[in-house]
Amino acid sequence: MTLMKPLMGAAATLALTAGAALAEPALIFDLGGKFDKSFNEAAHGGAQRWAEETGESYREIELQSEAQREQALRRFAEAGANPIVMVGFAFADALGQVAADYPDTKFTIIDMVVEGDNVRSVVFNEHEGSYLVGMMAAMASKSNTVGFIGGMDIPLIRKFACGYAEGVKAANPDATVIANMTGTTPAAWNDPVKGSELTKAQISQGADVVYAAAGGTGVGVLQTAADEGILSIGVDSNQNHLHPGKVLTSMTKKVGNAVFEAFSDGADMETGFSVMGLANGGVGYAMDEHNAPLVSAEMQAAVDDAAAKIASGEIKVHDYMSDDSCPALSF
Amino acid sequence: MDKMPKWADVVLIPLISLILAALLSALVILGIGEDPMAAVKLMVNGALGSTYGWGYTLYYATNFMFTGLAVAVAAHAGLFNIGGEGQAMLGGLGVALVCLLIPWPHWTLALAVAALGAGIFGAAWAAIPAYLQAKRGSHIVITTIMFNFIAAAVLNYVLVNVLRPEGSMDPATERFPEAVHLPSLHELLAPIGINFSKSAPANVSLLVAMGACLFVWLLIWRTPLGYEIRSLGKSEPGARYAGISSVRIIMIAMLISGALAGMMAVNNVMGEAERLVLNATEGAGFIGIAVALMGRNHPFGVFLAAILFGFLYQGGAELALWTSIPRELIVVIQALVILFTGALDNMVRMPLEKIFLAVRRGQN
Repeated sequence: MTLMKPLMGAAATLALTAGAALAEPALIFDLGGKFDKSFNEAAHGGAQRWAEETGESYREIELQSEAQREQALRRFAEAGANPIVMVGFAFADALGQVAADYPDTKFTIIDMVVEGDNVRSVVFNEHEGSYLVGMMAAMASKSNTVGFIGGMDIPLIRKFACGYAEGVKAANPDATVIANMTGTTPAAWNDPVKGSELTKAQISQGADVVYAAAGGTGVGVLQTAADEGILSIGVDSNQNHLHPGKVLTSMTKKVGNAVFEAFSDGADMETGFSVMGLANGGVGYAMDEHNAPLVSAEMQAAVDDAAAKIASGEIKVHDYMSDDSCPALSF
Repeated sequence: MDKMPKWADVVLIPLISLILAALLSALVILGIGEDPMAAVKLMVNGALGSTYGWGYTLYYATNFMFTGLAVAVAAHAGLFNIGGEGQAMLGGLGVALVCLLIPWPHWTLALAVAALGAGIFGAAWAAIPAYLQAKRGSHIVITTIMFNFIAAAVLNYVLVNVLRPEGSMDPATERFPEAVHLPSLHELLAPIGINFSKSAPANVSLLVAMGACLFVWLLIWRTPLGYEIRSLGKSEPGARYAGISSVRIIMIAMLISGALAGMMAVNNVMGEAERLVLNATEGAGFIGIAVALMGRNHPFGVFLAAILFGFLYQGGAELALWTSIPRELIVVIQALVILFTGALDNMVRMPLEKIFLAVRRGQN
């Protein structure tokens, strides 16, 4: 009985905190889980940074099933969480259903556009960042052949590939770009073995730099590239440290910043369409001590110059999703 | 004479198994530094404490009723149908085609035909393993499990290449038209004055599932066909000696089983998502095996076991939402319940039988 009392007390407090209205923000990860070394993990990093800087807490959930998308949104909204941030285009349908029912709650969706007065849609100019790493790939390549390995074959990933190919051609018009996709389903985001096979296939076709835009699959691409002694390019998070001296650079997509900003803005968050590109630091390429020996001063100068020109609008990188076509690469 | 009274077999053994699983889960939760009492309370409150929680519990339970019944019907014929997952996937395709291709005037008509479509697709998917078993003796466990993978690949191909709307990134069909929207329990219960949660996905297909339970009970215990199915399940040579065609009964039992598994799609595809997504079944076909085992292949047992597993699913979701217990651990808890109620049945049964025998001897 003496033991029961504190237990019951704890249960009661927990039940109370669960039911009480909370002004905490909430973060919903996609099925990939929060430690995918890539996209979801970047979001998690942003939320953690916010929690450390403000000393406040936030709610989070890793989904287990499709039916939970709408459920998690509604539960957080009903509990008073505000704003609610979700990472991944797959939430679009659920959010479209839910948003109007909770006009006082602000939602942020990353990588997809959803209409709604209380929705902020954050999209990234991945083609711009990919353009920069494409230039670096072309300059680092000795065989004049570079590779691209995408995750799931969706317009978003083709956007990466297209920007990359344009960057390659800009630095070296004679270079060849080999592009492969891992698959056509969400499983393609988490298939390092297939990623490794594709890398080997591209190496046999002469590629000596490969760019992986494939979520968890990229881990296999980077590993194989390091094993086979060619260079690779990481994506989303800075992945240079995974194989120091073997990863040329990473195309960083500041998903964490988008989460951080949404959390910081809190309930007064501005809604609407938000584009994170080179101009506002939403995408870029990663430089640190792990890849410094690989990147020459000349390379960095050329890339920084292009970055400035893209930011100012002087160079226009083609966005695959604007017209579903790519002048520099055919799929 | 039976070793145990019937109530012990039906009630006591599942109950003890459950308590054992719960105790072990509590230890695991303690092990990661969370409070098991609070976790249990959260699960019960979250799954059964409100009409909202019930709505989700019953939604999951509806899925498990269909797949549990599918396993149970096959089991009565001595067949182990592990292919519920694939049959339910194909059932989803049937539902999606019915809902998208035909302009329906009213949901009642759409429901009837969609259920039929789901049943036909599910049954067709079960027909090939059934034929191979009946005619060629290829073991049904192997073939049905292989057909799960083929079903996933078929669905994958159809969704990515055929049914995906232009420009969409999601491998999913477009939304079904408003006319085929199935009324949720909220809409069904509102006219009789019960205010059921609006946002829960439980819908009219719960009644279809309960109807299916009744149908299976009538079929197995009240029809000549059911008698033949049970005879074959008890002893194939015996059944053949009595003039029952094993080929015919294997085919029929598996067709019914596949149709039941397929009809699950009426709930999750038509009732909840209102579009066909890639991973619509989410393992319900496999949970059906545990449900049937726990329910002793009796429709009423399946009904209760399905609600228990619905509770575990919804309670687990609540745990994930409000505590820092990681999702992997929630799967562990669900797995422990399946392990104890399904796989480790004899661990509880044998000691219990000894106790009952000892008590009886003491009385004599």
